[in-house]
Amino acid sequence: MKIHEYQAKALLRDYGVEVPRGFAIFNAEEAKKAAEDLGGGTVVVKAQIHAGGRGKGGGVKVVNGPDEADETARQIMGMQLVTHQTGPEGKEVKRLLVEEGMDILKEYYFGIVIDRATNCPVLMASTEGGMEIEKVAAETPEKIIKEYVHPALGLRPFQAAKVAYKLGLDPKLVRQASRMFMNLYKAFEANDCSLMEINPLVSTGDGRILALDAKINFDDNALYRHKDSWPELRDLSEEEPLEIEASKFGLNYIKLDGNVGCMVNGAGLAMATMDIIKLSGGEPANFLDVGGGANAEGVANAFRIILSDPNVKAVLINIFGGIVRCDRIANGIIEATKLVDVNVPLVVRLEGTNAEEASKILEDSGIDMIVGRGLADAAQKVVAAIQ
Amino acid sequence: MSILVNKDSKILVQGITGQEGMFHTRQCVAYGTQVVAGVTPGKGGQDMDGIPVFNTVEDAVLTTGANVSLIFVPPPFAADAIMEAADAGVDLVVCITEGIPTIDMVKVKAFLEDTDTRLIGPNCPGIITPDEAKVGIMPGFIHLKGKVGLISRSGTLTYEAVKQLTERGLGQSTCIGIGGDPIIGSQFIDLLALFQDDPDTEAVVMIGEIGGTAEEEAAEFVSNYMTKPVVGFIAGQTAPPGRRMGHAGAIIAGGKGTAAEKMAALSAAGIEVVKSPADIGEAVVKVLNP
Repeated sequence: MKIHEYQAKALLRDYGVEVPRGFAIFNAEEAKKAAEDLGGGTVVVKAQIHAGGRGKGGGVKVVNGPDEADETARQIMGMQLVTHQTGPEGKEVKRLLVEEGMDILKEYYFGIVIDRATNCPVLMASTEGGMEIEKVAAETPEKIIKEYVHPALGLRPFQAAKVAYKLGLDPKLVRQASRMFMNLYKAFEANDCSLMEINPLVSTGDGRILALDAKINFDDNALYRHKDSWPELRDLSEEEPLEIEASKFGLNYIKLDGNVGCMVNGAGLAMATMDIIKLSGGEPANFLDVGGGANAEGVANAFRIILSDPNVKAVLINIFGGIVRCDRIANGIIEATKLVDVNVPLVVRLEGTNAEEASKILEDSGIDMIVGRGLADAAQKVVAAIQ
Repeated sequence: MSILVNKDSKILVQGITGQEGMFHTRQCVAYGTQVVAGVTPGKGGQDMDGIPVFNTVEDAVLTTGANVSLIFVPPPFAADAIMEAADAGVDLVVCITEGIPTIDMVKVKAFLEDTDTRLIGPNCPGIITPDEAKVGIMPGFIHLKGKVGLISRSGTLTYEAVKQLTERGLGQSTCIGIGGDPIIGSQFIDLLALFQDDPDTEAVVMIGEIGGTAEEEAAEFVSNYMTKPVVGFIAGQTAPPGRRMGHAGAIIAGGKGTAAEKMAALSAAGIEVVKSPADIGEAVVKVLNP
């Protein structure tokens, strides 16, 4: 789960991490007052969307005083902000962060992730602030400072200090920076973050270290521990409406750009089904994992979601019945076609427990569908059905 | 022979009295697996279909000599359940549970480092050695006893591959689902090493997916140590970057972990890589009959 920059900064402030003073606003008209409350000097108006690269896309502007803040906020609020992470259609800006301007001396990168190769959290820092860490890693890997954290002991003060010294910080700032890294790690662990990025982390003319930007992703698996706080941090307008709808029914759905809808049980098989559709000359319209118990209601909901995408020109159902019996799934599909009007060609491939009976049930049902024999056959048939 | 589990493995089930645990325990027993104990705190002294239930794993191990634990405990308690099993000294823990927070698994991994316990999973279908022991939730009947080892990050996609093998008369020595989470107990390399040493395994199928670098590490291992032929498939060739494809670990992050990179690494290591998931069975036939 992603949250906005202003939410991440509010969370970090609670852990003693210094961030610029600022106000999140939901109407452009509030910008002027926010700038006045910040002292009337230089402020930064920042678009709040769940994507990086906002500055380059024109979503971050430094302005002088409340009048300019007002004008700029009116320009940015409501715009379709296009960045390298939003796709060509961009994202509508619905929230802004108005922050005090900073006298920046130098910019750094700081991040924390869980390293899958070593199975522990890792701090990453670099003097190349403002740049994407992936780019730094690819071009100048020697510029990335890494410090691995013992999962049980947590980050030790000497480690935080090591990172601060390696960044070449002014000796007067090392203690402040170390304390900040300790606090950032505390926030990372306590909030079940999967990613935390401070890019840039800055030193200022008045001798401070601040988090000028903040990006935090949460580990969805830990939602049960954060029921009081996460739901109100979630911005549903940032998510694909069909994906939100699917999640209400326990379906794992991700919208893609193709025209072959697919309904599969199991994430790995769902990905493999997308792959074989592509290899057969089609383009998958979605990823959809119906999960273990594919009953009539589940299949009907899955149909509804897949067919709400106007690009879908045919649907492939690929179910490997293990514990779930295929004859039950076949009956579920028949029931579902009574609940939902399936107005595109439908190819069904059922494999596993009672697959033979299931094929017979489908063939006898009189429902207009094509039975796929095996994975390759089903994929070829669904692609052919469109052409 | 086989790896990890066989007819002599004595299984205990943590969470045996829960709905999932009970259902799958019965399926395992029906397959012929020796399930000797169950553990549910607070239900010690009861039994499930005649299988004695204990309050702690330690009690279960001391009383029954169980050496493998199969876990169906819900996510908030699963990490603790794994550590309890390791503390009680079982050799192998198979954790089926999906949805354990990553930071909890990080701590589990650190805990396991000081023990001799091997963990498979979490978020996996488990392990099966055909005709001997089914320690997991896979359908037993699709399997055939034989000489192909299988390692996979997926569940139903593994069944698909098994079906293709069985249809061609290619039996399996042992099939292991290692799990779809970012932090898992055993990686491809751990199990490739076991298959390499298993005299009755002649070829190995590895099914990877996008995210992480486990497949790249496996490629390096295969190129350095494996003499047996390996067939590989990577799911997620069409997956968009930055999105979690169902499995918590299936994500292309920062442009890394793509299927293309992994397929290239496997190919370079001499692994027979198939693009289509429908070609796994045929590829095994090919590597066994060069």
